[in-house]
Amino acid sequence: MADKLPTKERIKIPRAAMPEQRADLRIANFREVNLGLETAAAEREAQRCLSCATPACVQGCPVGVKIKQFVDEVVAGEYLKAAATIREDNVLPAVTGRVCPQENQCEGACVMGKRMTSLAIGHLERFVADYERQTGQIGLPQRAASTGKKVAIIGSGPAGLSCAGDLALRGHDPTVFEALHEIGGVLIYGIPEFRLPKQIVRQEVDNMRLMGVKFVTNCVVGRTVTIDELMNEEGFDAVFIATGAGLPRFLNVPGEHLAGVYSANEYLTRVNLMRAYDADSHDSPIYDCRDRTVVVVGGGNTAMDSVRSAKRLGAKRAIIVYRRGPEQMPARAEEVHHARDEGIEFMTLTNPIEFLGDEQGRLRAMRCVKMELGEPDDSGRQSVSEISDSAFEMPIDVAIIAVGTGANPLVQSTTPELQTNTHGYIFADEQSLRTSKQGVFAGGDIVSGAATVILAMGAGRRAAAGIHDYLQSGNW
Amino acid sequence: MFPIVNAKFLARDVKQLEIHAPRIARKQLPGQFVILRLHEQGERIPLTIAASDPAAGTITIIVQGVGKTTRLLNRLEAGDPILDVVGPLGKPTDIENFGRVAIIGGGVGTAIALPVARALKAAGNHVIAIVGARTADLLILLDEMRQASNELHIMTDDGSAGDQGFVTTRLEAVMKRQPPLDRVVAIGPIPMMAAVSRTTRPAGIPTIVSLNPIMVDGTGMCGGCRVQVDGRAQFACVDGPEFDAHKVDFTILAQRNSMYHDHERASARKLDASPESELAKVRSACRLEAVCAPGPAECERLEKATAQSVSSACAVDARPGE
Repeated sequence: MADKLPTKERIKIPRAAMPEQRADLRIANFREVNLGLETAAAEREAQRCLSCATPACVQGCPVGVKIKQFVDEVVAGEYLKAAATIREDNVLPAVTGRVCPQENQCEGACVMGKRMTSLAIGHLERFVADYERQTGQIGLPQRAASTGKKVAIIGSGPAGLSCAGDLALRGHDPTVFEALHEIGGVLIYGIPEFRLPKQIVRQEVDNMRLMGVKFVTNCVVGRTVTIDELMNEEGFDAVFIATGAGLPRFLNVPGEHLAGVYSANEYLTRVNLMRAYDADSHDSPIYDCRDRTVVVVGGGNTAMDSVRSAKRLGAKRAIIVYRRGPEQMPARAEEVHHARDEGIEFMTLTNPIEFLGDEQGRLRAMRCVKMELGEPDDSGRQSVSEISDSAFEMPIDVAIIAVGTGANPLVQSTTPELQTNTHGYIFADEQSLRTSKQGVFAGGDIVSGAATVILAMGAGRRAAAGIHDYLQSGNW
Repeated sequence: MFPIVNAKFLARDVKQLEIHAPRIARKQLPGQFVILRLHEQGERIPLTIAASDPAAGTITIIVQGVGKTTRLLNRLEAGDPILDVVGPLGKPTDIENFGRVAIIGGGVGTAIALPVARALKAAGNHVIAIVGARTADLLILLDEMRQASNELHIMTDDGSAGDQGFVTTRLEAVMKRQPPLDRVVAIGPIPMMAAVSRTTRPAGIPTIVSLNPIMVDGTGMCGGCRVQVDGRAQFACVDGPEFDAHKVDFTILAQRNSMYHDHERASARKLDASPESELAKVRSACRLEAVCAPGPAECERLEKATAQSVSSACAVDARPGE
């Protein structure tokens, strides 16, 4: 057990760097890029924490993980205790330790960041969760006595899992319904193996089974069963809708129907859920990217995941095409940095206006225009406009459209009492997450629009609290 | 896991499979489909539901062995499990009393036309069924189709059964009769549906086709099944699978459906060369989390029974094999 160093010494320690798989090697495989901190590095990093009296990092965390406490436990060498501390607020520590945008949350709020570099809270969270998993001694929190109340959770992504975990801890009986054949939602079909190994998601899901959460795959709520049937015929006392923002947006330009043009959702689903990258043993096909030019349209994390997947599938050129400038790209800095190291090309201030095909209907080229940034609008975002006479044609073989997603209407369309806004997102009270229908709650991307894993988990937690209140009081 | 309770060939390479899937059986309406996956390394493919029996908790699909997965399905027998079946997906067929309706089934499409014919006849329509195939031994469900219609016309390309010619030849003749047709529903290969669409367009007869694009999830998430209808992209899985034939771009549909042809041919060849290893993957599939949690106790009992009969080495709580 290490003693805490004096502050003067602590601030001299440089921030731990995440070891990575070498770029020239990793572009030929789908194994994880980040390798995780060694124990000594983690302990040294934890020593850097200034143990603030009122830790800003906790305020910055959407689920309120007791960061100061778990970091102290790392300093003390009590890694399993640290893991249990995280689990009290976050059911998926090995996931969030990998995919959270910590720079905008806990680490963004860390006071050390003002004068030097912030504490590497994400790396520490990952270290603790991986340590726990490798030892096989999962520190599951204690469950409350059974209440006998059944809750149906629709969607097994981060919001649904987080809600299910909290409800189980409070003694309720949650069942998670998933449309696909595997549990995890976007963690399974969306985020690639090299950023989040699927084995980790499976193990977190298994931990939730141990906590008493039930899972039903292959069940499309709205088709296989409706919310009314769940409540009236199958005895569920409450329902949480966490279906995410799964409807892909297209550019609506000519030629988007061509073979070789994918939505990022389809491309990533084929690669991740269907394991098309392992073509020797899996049946699902994907358009051959080997020695071809693949363009990904968009500048977010999904675009980075798509373009880096294409590179690993053998693309000769893998190119991001984004209509604003590099500074405006919404992707995490780490993802962009990883992409650049892997030889991804960036064509910013460029916008496709047409896809062109051959006589068999296969994509062969795209037409783009160059863009320029204008004055910032009221929201502070710079406008962007087309430069006249800037159109050019470029031969490409595959195009992946990653310009965002919308609300999938399946559940709403079969539950008429649910109020939605003009974009199809469900109205829910911000605190209680109650919808317009009694006993039904909603949260995550289906309420907020596409956001992050951890914000969805935060919504799942609030929903669990709201559902708990409702089940205890019976008042709507 | 979804056990097959009955399996038999209806024609060469065309097999009828009755699958235990109580939740789907309870909900299915004509025109809807399921997506299934045979084993952990399998692909997801859409298949239209030909019939369902809510009391027995079963659905029936009729499969023509074309690609790898459909050929593997054709090798399965009663007692074999299907790992994943999800549905019923898609919008059901519009069923009302339109008046005189021609229902056209091409090849294995007849299996999908049958429940539509039944429902339309029950709704009071005068149903004229026209079924066609290349040769006599590819014709299926003739007796059932006869019962589900007021008149049945059979066409084969080579004249080996019924009359020689295409279904559109007979459709043209039927269109000349009085009173005129109020609606046409065509289900079959893309060239057949395109030909029916061309035939009815000049007369302006409302014509519905059931499209079969490549799909992955079947819930509107991936957009892989997008088809051009009236110049706009529509998702067949949630906006369809049935569309106004006169607005569908069949050329684009055919092009998109041939996107993976080389891959499909190669995997079908591989399967035919050594089907045993693929069959073993199906038969060792064991996963009980899938359908049981809140479902009927009967389902759980069946699952356990199947799991045990399929492989005694397969523990009840086993995780899917990697």
